[in-house]
Amino acid sequence: MRCGFCLPACPTFSETGVEPASPRGRIALMKAAVDGLMVPDQQFQDQMNLCLGCRACEPACPADVKYGQLIEQTKEAMEEHATHSLPVKAIRRMVFKHIFPKHGRLKLLGGALSLYQKSAVKKAVQSTGVMKLLPKQLSEIEAILPAASSKGVVERLGTFFPAKGEPLARVALFRGCIMDIIFADTNVNTVELLSAAGFEVYIPEGQVCCGALYAHSGEMGDARKLAAVNIDTFKQLNVDYIVSNAGGCGALLVEYDHLMQEDFKYRDSAKWFASRVIDVSTLVVEKGRIPNFAQPESSVQAGKIKVTYQDSCHLRNVMKGSDAPRILMKQIANAEFVEMSEADRCCGSAGIYNIVQPEMAGFILEHKMEHANKTQASYMLTSNPGCLLQMKAGIGKHPPDHPMRAMHIVDFLHERMAGSE
Amino acid sequence: MLIETAVRQLRESVGEQFFRTDQEALIAHSYDGTPMLQALPDGVIYPGSTEQVSEIMQIASSHRIPVITRGSGSNLCGGTVPLQGGIVMVMHRMNKIIEVDMENLTAAVQPGVITGQFITHVEELGLFYPPDPSSMKISTIGGNIAECSGGLRGLKYGTTKDYVLGLTAVLADGSVLRTGGKLTKDVAGYDLTKLLVGSEGTLAIITEAVLKLIPQPKTKKTMVAMYKDIYGAARTVSKIIKNQIIPATLEILDNPTIRVVDDFAKIGLPLDMAAILIIEQDGEPEVVERDIEQIQLICREEQADRIEVAADRKEAEKLLTARRSAFTALARLRPTTILEDATVPRSKIADMILRTNAIAKKYNVNIATFGHAGDGNLHPTATTDARDHEEVHRVEAAFAEIFAAAIELGGTITGEHGVGVVKAPYLEWKVGEAGVEVMRGIKSAFDPLNILNPDKMFAKETKKRVVMQRG
Ligand SMILES: Cc1cc2nc3c(=O)[nH]c(=O)nc-3n(C[C@H](O)[C@H](O)[C@H](O)COP(=O)(O)OP(=O)(O)OC[C@H]3O[C@@H](n4cnc5c(N)ncnc54)[C@H](O)[C@@H]3O)c2cc1C
Ligand code: SF4
Ligand code: SF4
Repeated sequence: MRCGFCLPACPTFSETGVEPASPRGRIALMKAAVDGLMVPDQQFQDQMNLCLGCRACEPACPADVKYGQLIEQTKEAMEEHATHSLPVKAIRRMVFKHIFPKHGRLKLLGGALSLYQKSAVKKAVQSTGVMKLLPKQLSEIEAILPAASSKGVVERLGTFFPAKGEPLARVALFRGCIMDIIFADTNVNTVELLSAAGFEVYIPEGQVCCGALYAHSGEMGDARKLAAVNIDTFKQLNVDYIVSNAGGCGALLVEYDHLMQEDFKYRDSAKWFASRVIDVSTLVVEKGRIPNFAQPESSVQAGKIKVTYQDSCHLRNVMKGSDAPRILMKQIANAEFVEMSEADRCCGSAGIYNIVQPEMAGFILEHKMEHANKTQASYMLTSNPGCLLQMKAGIGKHPPDHPMRAMHIVDFLHERMAGSE
Repeated sequence: MLIETAVRQLRESVGEQFFRTDQEALIAHSYDGTPMLQALPDGVIYPGSTEQVSEIMQIASSHRIPVITRGSGSNLCGGTVPLQGGIVMVMHRMNKIIEVDMENLTAAVQPGVITGQFITHVEELGLFYPPDPSSMKISTIGGNIAECSGGLRGLKYGTTKDYVLGLTAVLADGSVLRTGGKLTKDVAGYDLTKLLVGSEGTLAIITEAVLKLIPQPKTKKTMVAMYKDIYGAARTVSKIIKNQIIPATLEILDNPTIRVVDDFAKIGLPLDMAAILIIEQDGEPEVVERDIEQIQLICREEQADRIEVAADRKEAEKLLTARRSAFTALARLRPTTILEDATVPRSKIADMILRTNAIAKKYNVNIATFGHAGDGNLHPTATTDARDHEEVHRVEAAFAEIFAAAIELGGTITGEHGVGVVKAPYLEWKVGEAGVEVMRGIKSAFDPLNILNPDKMFAKETKKRVVMQRG
């Protein structure tokens, strides 16, 4: 099918206006490469890499074309014959081979990062301009990273947290790798929110990175290895739900069954796993007791504060979880939810997209901030660490004409939850 | 292949970046919405103005290069597949709404404007542009004009041709033609505006259009009626019109479609119904109320099994979902979906649907039918698999028989999707030998070198349907 219905949904098509940068165009190119009608040259690879992987094209497609799987396979094939340009290669090696696979290593990095951030070295480094030597995008990211911590959620809360009131279900938290280092507070807040909503929360220690960054870059073998560890770890707990608070991770977790479909040993348990994955907002709204949310005493202002929301593409397009965050935001006393136009559009963060495709990511972000500005909201909420960082970067680079703060929706709710007690 | 000089001249006319001959660009413009058709162009060009289009056409005619104009490539008749190579001219850069004239209720637009965006724009100004092809989210105004697209509102409000008042178009030799204008009355000479509407890029390239707008209807009401007897549904359609009620929308879904839609959208449609009608009326509140009352009465007289009237917009949307998801639901059944468009006088709808079902059975293929009952424009839709050549052959044969049946019932081979390459072999069935001859004469008056969208509309031979396997 080549109806073209996916075109208007695609950010890279809107930015460029050219068919090859659309889902229909990319599929045609993939097909031509498979059919031998074209050689997958550098231009082909560039086009595939320009795709954000936001998967907005999937819900738009009447024929249910699984674009995500097509691009994944294409990237996997490209990865097998990859010759990356140097900076990309270096970033990838660092990110993929050395940092993510082991949580321990990650924690070390978190510790080191936090030390670095706290120390005078940071100031010295920044003033000498060493950061300027790094690729610009990395230094930008460095500037917006929140304080990293070597203490993850387990170190702070242990591996079990009871429900408030009568327990409604047993759930396990997927803590994520980046989440647990630079957003460990969010993980803690997620657990407390789940508990307040009536869930018993387990936080299995043996879990590892979800593998999304690998899968999106075509490194499927590594992604499958990580998935196997996670499946084994969570399977032992026999929980009702596996909760994710990062859309990017959640989207791969709900597709573990697809990822492992050729692995006879894991096929069934992958299905078990995938069917239990749910986003924190959806779980609270659909299965929990929604706590009372009000503004914290300290910041009560005259009138309502305005809140807006940037969808996480993967939460929206893959996990189909775009309603629940909105329902929750509307539950908050003293807050008014304002829908931002094109909130359903990718913010340009998309994994490490903003690092490897800075130009396109920049265009997309600029448009995003124009829309954000129009809402006049003082809070920009998100459901994914990548989007959160991107929105922070956006507020920094294109400051709205009024004060605006980016926050994870869980942190925002948690703050209000405490205020209501 | 394009010769060196032509390439240089084309580059100079639009600038380096807007003329591409790389394999990525060629592949991405080798197809359109039509299943199973593909052919590579030699170049892709993106003009930015009427002047550039004119310059491109001068170059193209001096080198006899075929030019295929393309909006969003959403057409379903192979209209933008470059069968003879040449250059595909993409109109996306010419996408401005030039003006909305609130005094004359007209709009001037460039051809690359997306239909849906145009509709939103005028609705925000309190005006109404009725043509609403189901592809409006993606299709362009230029493509709509070139195909004379219609939509769900065709019965009451007409189709694209009723809203085009004037055009600026570039002829094959590069000269610029202006037709019509903001005038409602204009009989100076042949009506070239109407001639260009529906000309499928074979006569001229539209670079600007003046469109008619009308005031927005005040209210809308939606209802559904379900029938065990398909003739009951058909009689209802005729009777509504006979009673001088013209609904804004009057759609029909046949039983195979109902089954698929319900399976997909889970909206609780009764599976034992032979057909359902979806009816919407708009206008002054009192009129809408009265019409919907009367329509219900007629539905009951014709033994409708169940009638539901939407209480509010939200419920109406739910009812319209059935019609909207028809294509989506069908498209998910099998890898290849062939959406056709045969049209019959509305009194013959039931006959046509039943004949289609019988033909599908005869050839052992899956065909479901839905469409615009009010204007007789039906969409028999086959779900098949392009890789199964034998089955595709049977589908082709079935469609040939369906078109023949449509003509026999006093209908036509296409109501809104156009002729392109897919329907070209059947054109003569509808317009006759003399009709084709006159049309060929018109074609050569506009485009003597036959460089504008060659091989479309006129088939080398009649009847046999062309299918190129490579899509
Ligand atoms: C799912 C689906 C639903 C559809 N529903 C409908 C429907 O309800 N009603 C309907 O009528 N059609 C429908 N269509 C068909 C199609 O969308 C329409 O024909 C539409 O008008 C094509 O617009 P486009 O911009 O994509 O044009 P294209 O497909 O790019 O081009 C169509 C034709 O117009 C010519 N053309 C384009 N621009 C110009 C120009 N500026 N000057 C001269 N010639 C030009 C091309 O050469 C070609 O022959 C549907 C298609 C799909 C895939
Ligand atoms: S995943 Fe996103 S960027 Fe990629 S083709 Fe789909 S819509 Fe476009
Ligand atoms: S991917 Fe889906 S929406 Fe896009 S062209 Fe193909 S069928 Fe249409």
